[in-house]
Amino acid sequence: MALTGIQIFKMTPKKNCKECGSPTCMAFSMKVAQGAVDISACPYMSEDALAQLSEATAPPMKTIKVGAGESEYSLGGETVLYRHEKTFVSKTRYASSVCTCMDDAAVDARLASVSNVDYERIGERMYTEMINVAYKAGDAAEKYVELVKKAAATGRCLILSCKDVEVAKAALEVCKDSKPVLNGADASNYEAMSAAATAAGVVLGVCGADINELYDTTAALEKLGNKNLILDVTADTIKATFANAVMVRRAALKDTDRTFGYPSIVNVAKLAKDDKAMQEALAATFTMKYGSIVIVEEMDYAMALPLYGLRQNLFTDPQKPMKVAPGIYPLNGADENSICLTTVDFALTYFLVSGELERSGVPVNLVISDAGGLSVLTAWAAGKLSSTSVSNFFLENVEDKIKSRKLIIPGKVAVLKGDIEAKLPGWEVIVAPLEAVQLVKFLKDMQANGQL
Amino acid sequence: MPFNCKPQKFSASIKAVDLGTGDKKVTLGGESVFPFYSFDGSEGNGAKVGVEISDMGLDHEPEAVKAYYAGCETMADIAKKAEAMEGADFVCLRLEGGDPNGADKSIEELVAVAKEVADAITAPLVVEGCKNVEKDGQLLPKVAEALQGKNVLLLSAKEEDYKAIGAAAGLAYDQKVGAESAVDINLAKQLNVVITQLGVKPESVVMNVGTAAVGYGYDYVISTMDRIKAAALSQDDKMLQMPIITPIASETWAVKESMATEEDAPEWGNLDARGVSMEVQTAAASLVSGSDAVILKHPQSVATIAKMIKELI
Ligand code: B12
Ligand code: SF4
Repeated sequence: MALTGIQIFKMTPKKNCKECGSPTCMAFSMKVAQGAVDISACPYMSEDALAQLSEATAPPMKTIKVGAGESEYSLGGETVLYRHEKTFVSKTRYASSVCTCMDDAAVDARLASVSNVDYERIGERMYTEMINVAYKAGDAAEKYVELVKKAAATGRCLILSCKDVEVAKAALEVCKDSKPVLNGADASNYEAMSAAATAAGVVLGVCGADINELYDTTAALEKLGNKNLILDVTADTIKATFANAVMVRRAALKDTDRTFGYPSIVNVAKLAKDDKAMQEALAATFTMKYGSIVIVEEMDYAMALPLYGLRQNLFTDPQKPMKVAPGIYPLNGADENSICLTTVDFALTYFLVSGELERSGVPVNLVISDAGGLSVLTAWAAGKLSSTSVSNFFLENVEDKIKSRKLIIPGKVAVLKGDIEAKLPGWEVIVAPLEAVQLVKFLKDMQANGQL
Repeated sequence: MPFNCKPQKFSASIKAVDLGTGDKKVTLGGESVFPFYSFDGSEGNGAKVGVEISDMGLDHEPEAVKAYYAGCETMADIAKKAEAMEGADFVCLRLEGGDPNGADKSIEELVAVAKEVADAITAPLVVEGCKNVEKDGQLLPKVAEALQGKNVLLLSAKEEDYKAIGAAAGLAYDQKVGAESAVDINLAKQLNVVITQLGVKPESVVMNVGTAAVGYGYDYVISTMDRIKAAALSQDDKMLQMPIITPIASETWAVKESMATEEDAPEWGNLDARGVSMEVQTAAASLVSGSDAVILKHPQSVATIAKMIKELI
């Protein structure tokens, strides 16, 4: 909770020596409260006061680092509840699951699947960042340790979901350097778990039977001096889990209750076991509503493609449209005699269209004109993609560089064909299909018909 | 200190709008909390799920959708099967064939389809035009007239054609008006203002505030809905308290993830699974952002999303 000037004044030495640049300690305190000067400007503050103050001015939600090396991720550190208020900073990370309850073949298949999904979308690598390794109570410690070793061999950041302190310690022995999350503290074991996590230098995951118990256990851990925490908000039901996820984040950011100022884990594999479509629905839901780590049973392309697209949308800066530079982009070895194809400078559109063009293997000059970073229809509706904008761009930047006089336009702006032809004498304007995915066939057909 | 939960209570609420008649009538909206925040207060009537069918029949549908409707010969058959889908609350008929740049079916023909569908089912009906504003401006008033007494929702009245559609649906024939705007809170509000200025009751308006598939400009959809719900509830903005309906299927089944064949994208795996996932995730994200109703088409998506809603409220 932010401190008032009076509260800060009580902590100053009240010498009024002016060394801080303020006439009095009181004046200085007021400025600190407003954030106008830093407390360090007074050389006479006690250690204790400084600690209290840094606590009070700390961000509402901690940034917690998990994993090591290339698999290190920052979680949390959010300052707002909605993306239109300010950009979200730490994107949701996804984990596939293995468990001591699975047989070897199933474990091997699951772990092999982890590396399957790995692709790029608008400059961002999309892959399964983590593996949740679950321990079923009663299984042999050796079995868990072997499973952890196997999972660690993938190089992914691990979540050790294990509530047995001794088993957890044995597992940490073999993987602590890769900085896994030890997700195992609850009301019954938190002291021992906290000691194990601290000794291994890893983040501790906390859970509770309900939100009050989660709160109390977290507060107790903080009292022990452990503030390297993640809150596992997964409950028995989808409804209670959703409530936990929202209430925890809201308490931290809106009500500045720092006990809940930590990132969260949501285990949708647990909430919708064996129901893949429901896990997809919930993975999207908890990406939107405050899961820092979302655990699913298995991440495959069907689940990943929409999910990572959603995440990319959610975590982009709402103020900045993603644009590419206007110009001529020769693809597949295109030269001045190759056909031209045009679209807008919205990064997503460029990425989708150029991806399909590359897949077609057909040499094409992709011509991007300035459309304000908007999608095809948005730019058209806003008047930023018009027969004039296209023809001017071609007259000024393309005609002297390219000899081909064939121009393919996006199917969604088929209406522009006539006007562009009128404004670009000598050019043949060809209307392409509506969606980029149809381009490969379209271009191959043109090639087969000798139109290129 | 124990956890001090501070619920977000609002005195305002989203308007409750009835669709359909009789036993299967549904009510959209009515909530006085953010989507699924049942820990704060009343969720109202809970979000609803619609099943999309098209006057163009089944030829262009994904295989699993075709399989579900196997044996259906007429639009009436298709409509009956749609309302029987597990999890379905209402049916949405898209009159795509009206598009002048497509099949360009006549208004008479389309009105007849709408009647056939409306007479075949007892579930509430939503009728969507062909997206061409001139055609919809003529078509939807005729549909509103032909389906009098059925309490249908017409999608949609836009900035360009709200007068014709709003007056016919909302005033002359006592149906519900869908107000469609392009992912912008101010545009959404402005359209509600002018539609109600025609004399249409605010309780007869449902909004489509814009939609996209996740990954495809969806960031704007999230923020638009987040801001609309916040203004409606925390600022008691009466012109933003209409429930939101979001067509999902028409967006998600047109993107590459749901279209690229297995030969084209072998590493992506099963096409049907990809299509369902795109539809389910876009629907879930939209519901969490503020949709009071979503329109889907794959049986598995409908069942999953209906179940998720049930679990969450
Ligand atoms: C996000 C969005 C916005 C964002 C813009 C974000 C951006 N960077 O573009 C914002 C909120 C700013 C916006 C504003 C407006 N928007 Co807008 N917007 C959308 C929305 C929801 C998604 C657009 C998107 O990102 N699509 C994804 C990209 C990748 O699509 P794309 O560029 O078309 O590319 C695809 C294809 O065209 C194809 N393709 C592209 N190039 C080529 C080339 C070839 C050769 C081929 C074969 C294929 C191809 O590949 C891609 C994938 O297949 C759409 C609705 C929708 N679901 O599409 C409405 C939509 C485009 N907007 C619309 C409108 C009207 C507007 C406004 C004019 C509203 C207003 N009155 O102010 C404003 C104009 C902006 C301005 N004044 O500055 C309308 C357009 C109506 C129409 N048919 O003309 C739409 C369709 C919504 C609607 N149904 O009413 N919008
Ligand atoms: S330097 Fe410290 S003690 Fe001196 S006036 Fe400033 S606040 Fe007071």
